[in-house]
Amino acid sequence: MKGIVFDKVWKEYGDHVVLEQINLEIAPRAFVALVGPSGCGKTTFLRMLLGEDTPTRGAILVDGRPLKPEPDSDRGVVFQRYSVFPHLTVVQNVMVGREFEKSRLLGRLFGQSRKAAHDEAMQLLSAVGLEGHENKYPASLSGGMQQRLALAQALNRRPKILLLDEPFGALDPGIRSDIHVLIRRIWNENDLTVVMVTHDLSEAFRLGTRVIAFERQRNRPEEQERYGATLTGDLPTPAPPLGATITRDFDVWPPKIASPLPNAEPAPQPTNGKNDSALH
Amino acid sequence: MRAINIKPNRGWHVLLACIPFLLVLVAYAIGSSLRLAENPNDKLLPGFGAIAEAVKQYAFTEDARTGLYLMWSDTVASLARLLSALAISAVIALFFGIFIGMLPLARSTFGPFFAVASMVPPLALLPILFIVMGLGEASKIALIVIGTALKLIRDIALRVQEIPREQIIKAQTLGASTWQIATRVITPQVLPRMLDALRLEIGPAWLFLIAAEAIAADSGLGYRIFLVRRYLSMDVIIPYVIWITILAFVMDMALRWVQGRAFPWFAGARAS
Repeated sequence: MKGIVFDKVWKEYGDHVVLEQINLEIAPRAFVALVGPSGCGKTTFLRMLLGEDTPTRGAILVDGRPLKPEPDSDRGVVFQRYSVFPHLTVVQNVMVGREFEKSRLLGRLFGQSRKAAHDEAMQLLSAVGLEGHENKYPASLSGGMQQRLALAQALNRRPKILLLDEPFGALDPGIRSDIHVLIRRIWNENDLTVVMVTHDLSEAFRLGTRVIAFERQRNRPEEQERYGATLTGDLPTPAPPLGATITRDFDVWPPKIASPLPNAEPAPQPTNGKNDSALH
Repeated sequence: MRAINIKPNRGWHVLLACIPFLLVLVAYAIGSSLRLAENPNDKLLPGFGAIAEAVKQYAFTEDARTGLYLMWSDTVASLARLLSALAISAVIALFFGIFIGMLPLARSTFGPFFAVASMVPPLALLPILFIVMGLGEASKIALIVIGTALKLIRDIALRVQEIPREQIIKAQTLGASTWQIATRVITPQVLPRMLDALRLEIGPAWLFLIAAEAIAADSGLGYRIFLVRRYLSMDVIIPYVIWITILAFVMDMALRWVQGRAFPWFAGARAS
């Protein structure tokens, strides 16, 4: 099966159920926005997808294969902060992915291969609008520019999945809408499935092809420890859920369709077939 | 205007900084002249003339017996011990600090050992070092290494753990191996922080050096001040102490300068 599949995934820390009964299929080239109140487990969800954390029960499959239990170059990530390396210049930050790949021992390229990696990095930098800043250190860039850099860096290894952990949460509104345009273009032009955690509902609807809400279903404080988050809404729930889960899951209307990639079969339209028209 | 809002400009800053030094100097001059007025042969607080004479004798006149300029040969002997010991210490600490800070397995294995070992008072080991390594240079260097490396290791391990988790994850998503993360992400970021730790260890390093030289040596700044102590030669001890202080201060400045020059990104990264 193509895409990302969460098969009856639970995450517990001791007695504390964070997520429960997550069943989810994410189509290739979907742009999924995860929303929900803080502490509802959306970051835990992302951490599991990243491989930083493993499910207590259930399995996560990518293209039919179980997910590697550690982060790897098939999944790129942009965090809200600390996403780039402060000791490398802008262009070095982008190149370093290629250097990790090509030079296992030194992690550095020289001569022709270095020049190729440099040129490739410069192309990515101009694509994210950072041309002319390539020799600066990240500390002298603004927050928005740092996130653009983080995107370029993450894209350099051409991951199939891009995970965004509240990447634009710390940015000013004007800068944020600029970078929204950029991330839309990146999603459109690459063979990329994007999963984004966000606080901002309008951002979720503007960017996402699909919005998924996580919530705890019960709120009795004395039992809260036993509730994780789960997927709810129109999913059949066999037993009353204990923890937070997915409470809403719908495709955004009007549908956004990633443009077909050159020399690739037409991308399947991301849909999960559960339009919740009441929310449109 | 409130005191917290009064900021000295540059000229005032320099002037104010000089005041405490001048006060100490004046206090010494008064004390010295009072004592000398009472007893011209007083040795405890020699006058500036006597001190200048001693400096001339030790720094600018060949020693009759050895043919050396004693203050310079002492300085060379002491600095050779101190700098080689600090270099060894830094290399050991960098290796173990990164190893322990980075790998949970190494942390479990060596963390408690170094936590306990760093509590051993290094000076108490000095007799052991003298017995095992003899009275030569090796035991003195070993004392400084033991006295500084263990603290440096713990400090570097902590600095490594302070590197944001996001960066380590990010490196992995870029395909980096553990070795590549160590060499390209962690080491370059820890080096400038190690220089900070090293600056703080300059004081202890001098302490261990002088202690070792005082007990068994035939040259060195610490050896000399403990030697002339027998003759109550304050006119030699005082300039030697000032000289040691200047050397330590210059080393501190040098490390800060290296930090700024070699790691231009660090000031900005630390501020943000």
